[in-house]
Amino acid sequence: MTAGLQWIGEVGRTTMQGVAKLGDATLFALATLRLLFARPWQGKHFVLQMYAIGVGSLIIIIITGAFTGMVLALQGYHMLVKVGTESLLGPAVALSIIRELGPVLAALMFVGRAGSSITAEIGIMRVTEQMDALEMMAVNPQARVMLTRIIACALSLPLLVAIFDVVGLFAGYLIGVDMLGVNGGVYIGETIDKIDMRDINAGLTKSICFGLLVGIICTYMGQRAKPTTEGVAKATTQAVMLCSVMVLILDYIITSFFL
Amino acid sequence: MLKTESLCQYFGDVKAVDGINLHVRKNEVTVIMGGSGSGKTTLLRLLAGLEAPTSGSILFAGEDLAKVSRKRLYELRMRVGMVFQYSALLNSLTVFENVAFPLHEHTKLDESVIQTMVTMKLEQVGLRGFEYMMPSQLSGGMAKRVAFARALAMDPEVVFFDEPTSGLDPISAGVVSSLIHETTTKARMTSVVVTHDVKAGLSIADHVILLWQGQIIAEGKPNSIKTSDDPRVQQFIEGRPNGPIPFSRSQTAYIDDLMHKPGCVRMR
Repeated sequence: MTAGLQWIGEVGRTTMQGVAKLGDATLFALATLRLLFARPWQGKHFVLQMYAIGVGSLIIIIITGAFTGMVLALQGYHMLVKVGTESLLGPAVALSIIRELGPVLAALMFVGRAGSSITAEIGIMRVTEQMDALEMMAVNPQARVMLTRIIACALSLPLLVAIFDVVGLFAGYLIGVDMLGVNGGVYIGETIDKIDMRDINAGLTKSICFGLLVGIICTYMGQRAKPTTEGVAKATTQAVMLCSVMVLILDYIITSFFL
Repeated sequence: MLKTESLCQYFGDVKAVDGINLHVRKNEVTVIMGGSGSGKTTLLRLLAGLEAPTSGSILFAGEDLAKVSRKRLYELRMRVGMVFQYSALLNSLTVFENVAFPLHEHTKLDESVIQTMVTMKLEQVGLRGFEYMMPSQLSGGMAKRVAFARALAMDPEVVFFDEPTSGLDPISAGVVSSLIHETTTKARMTSVVVTHDVKAGLSIADHVILLWQGQIIAEGKPNSIKTSDDPRVQQFIEGRPNGPIPFSRSQTAYIDDLMHKPGCVRMR
């Protein structure tokens, strides 16, 4: 009996803590994003962060994109050829990448590459008093460090997804047409025919939302990490896990709006 | 220059700073001393406006730091500098960029002027020629001197030092101490130093404040502190383990703790 009660208490406590954290994160995000309209304008620092976060993730995004396109074409061909519809290989690959795999896989890779380093960097800046040092030099760390990284994430990820899509479609074409022998004209013609702006908008919306989400979660986790070695390590792991799961959940929600 | 009135900072039940009235005079080195956990770092963070106090006021040039707007606080911060315990240099920037950081942020000076100023500040701390090293390549003592140069960059009226000599070898510690003393007298600046290093603290101080459990237990000129007959002050200065300030922080009786811990051998 008491064990059962204790268990219920534990569930309640965990839920309350979760809700409190969610509220805290939301307030943090709103307070940070509000600084976008405050002076001093962080112009140069957005660009610097986009370089660090975006360009830094480029290689892993290109590799992931290429192999995703290739494997989709390979799998898709062997499935479609059984029912004699391999002419639809182009749109099958393109739709999967543009609507679903591009934003999701790019976001997951982005979390591992850029998100983790954001949380760790902010955590370590707190451990080594660099945040206080900025504060003492009359530079608002929330604007300089948090805001620039969140915005850089929200702007970089859509661009990375676009690159992922292009690389993926091209890789799919190479496998489908050059290796498996689907007619090139049919492949491209069917693709253009079946893809419309709605698909591209869905992918774009997803990637902006994912970018914003990853930016907010990773900066928040870094900011709230216990300022110890262990605390930063834990926060980094949690940030990556939370981002990955939230990307998948948010993906389902956005998809249901765009069907 | 800097004054506090019944300043308190509580963390839950812990009274880190408990009703402190102090007065930092212009062009003096004020040294705040005390053991670990005596509240001295919290007091320094309050004085620097990095934390908001539970109650009381902190007056900097007549303005209460606890009440001013964030914008005004940032304006006031341009008139102060701070040297952190672990230097807190920005890791991604070179020594030059670190020292130039406040100048780049808050002035519209020409790059050539900034270069001259940074060279002067680095010369002041004896590190000219290290401009293009990264903070990770510096030793602890050098990093602290760079942090010092950075704190001086805006020619501040007040500079705060958090444990300026801790973790340094005796020579570096001596260099940093004499730098604090020299720049304060030469640049007519005001320094607030927090330290548990009695020797260094007493040697550079114009005014000493001794803290224990968040309260001031003695203050005055270094000589009057040295000759104080308060046993707590004498114990601290001489570093004796036994005296009115207990070494053990245990709250319960030792024997009770041993006897009632689960898994321990019970005596019958």
